[in-house]
Amino acid sequence: MEQALHQILDGLATGGIYASLALALVMIYQATHLVNFAQGEMAMFSTYIAWTLINAGMGYWPAFALTVAIAFVFGVLIERIIVRPVENAPVLAVVVVFIALLVILNSLAGWIYTYTIKTFPSPFPKDPVLGIHYMSPHEMGAIAVTLVVLLLVFLFFRFTPLGLAMRAAAQNPVSSRLVGIRVGWMLALGWGLAAAIGSVAGMMIAPVVYLDPNMMSGILLYAFAAALLGGIDNPGGAVLGGFIVGVLENLLGAFVIGNELKLAVALVLIIAVLLIKPSGFFGRVHVTRV
Amino acid sequence: MALLEVSGLHAAYGEVRVLHGLSFVTEKGGITALLGANGAGKTTTLRAVCAMLRTEGEIRFDGERIERRPTEDIVRRGIAHVPDGRGTFLHLTTEENLRLGAYTRKDRAAVAADLERVYGYFPRLKERRRQQAGTLSGGEQQMLAVSRALMLRPKLMLLDEPSFGLAPLLVKELFQILREIKEREGVSLLLVEQNAALALELADHAYLIETGRVVLSGSAAELRRDEGVRRAYLGY
Repeated sequence: MEQALHQILDGLATGGIYASLALALVMIYQATHLVNFAQGEMAMFSTYIAWTLINAGMGYWPAFALTVAIAFVFGVLIERIIVRPVENAPVLAVVVVFIALLVILNSLAGWIYTYTIKTFPSPFPKDPVLGIHYMSPHEMGAIAVTLVVLLLVFLFFRFTPLGLAMRAAAQNPVSSRLVGIRVGWMLALGWGLAAAIGSVAGMMIAPVVYLDPNMMSGILLYAFAAALLGGIDNPGGAVLGGFIVGVLENLLGAFVIGNELKLAVALVLIIAVLLIKPSGFFGRVHVTRV
Repeated sequence: MALLEVSGLHAAYGEVRVLHGLSFVTEKGGITALLGANGAGKTTTLRAVCAMLRTEGEIRFDGERIERRPTEDIVRRGIAHVPDGRGTFLHLTTEENLRLGAYTRKDRAAVAADLERVYGYFPRLKERRRQQAGTLSGGEQQMLAVSRALMLRPKLMLLDEPSFGLAPLLVKELFQILREIKEREGVSLLLVEQNAALALELADHAYLIETGRVVLSGSAAELRRDEGVRRAYLGY
């Protein structure tokens, strides 16, 4: 029983990471109706930037904040320079662009930082805090950071005029222009935000999985599963999906299929959701009259 | 004084040319109607004013050329467009739709006051302020579209077939409110309508468009008396 509890809490910690990344995926999906396959590599690259800053002598939290800001700017630039020109291209062309972005970022990181695995510091204490032994302080810290990020994102979209404009631009670009919203910039901001959220996820998971150019490949797969489970067009659903996938992965890994097959859980989940309920559990069913 | 001056306007959808040198003027504080049958180019004309498609020709608003400006800038100058199909943000609430109408304005207190004023014109929208706009009826969405445009505090409002798909009683109510809005808000209206009788009742000036050209223009009273208009568009 105690072990199960331990696994569940562990799952919630990694689930938070999946949730953040799934949220980033959903944000891009809502605006472009495409899945950004490079989301994980963007997060990985940001984490390397954080690593560089910390190694250069910067404190953890200043480096954290600066990394989020840099990731945001990179996200905006990627949209402006790479995604914008293929705005009206066929879906497959855009998918190829996303995959190219994935490969480029991955190789670039390997070229600059080598493929040697590096450790990444955790800002949280090493010894158990508050006498809690079920979770490591880093896991608790990661959950807290994730929840703060999710809350901020929610408040931003729900209560600020800019957040409202971004939602509007994603849903109905034509009407958005007619009320004076600069739709192109809203999409770029969306990419920036998604990249910033991803960078937090990268920095929170790096102390656990270590830093290397391929660190996010598995995690992105779980994030896909989470986003699909919750409904690829529902941010709240994707977040919930992230936590569910995290817990499920850990429980199945510990008690049913063993650690080696854990990643398969994500794939099975993706296939199962697409077969049984393609709109996800909280997604909108789109009906089109033809 | 002329608020909007359009001259020699050409527009095409791909290879299909829709407007062939169309010219008209909207007076400040007036209601101008563009009449014509299906496919005459009325909707295209309104879209052209908002730079929603590529055009040739000259469009002046408040004396300044706007035909090369992007849509967002034209809106910021004070042209609100109630588009064909109503342009509702279906997944947002009624009130969020209205707030988006005032997106370019920075005077928050005045926006809050305008929200109440708009609810005054359309109390039904107030009842449904927290409801998803996609669940509103066609008539309510039309009211929402007009209200969203008002929230900009525009100098000019472009109305594309506001009567489309509404029950006759609702149409009457809506046109009554449009008249009120024009008088109280000092906004000029450019109205596109297939229902010529209705449009000529509201407008003070009208242009008749056939296949992308103006074939007749004059005061609403003149057009009502015109034999050809009467036969072809008023049906008596």
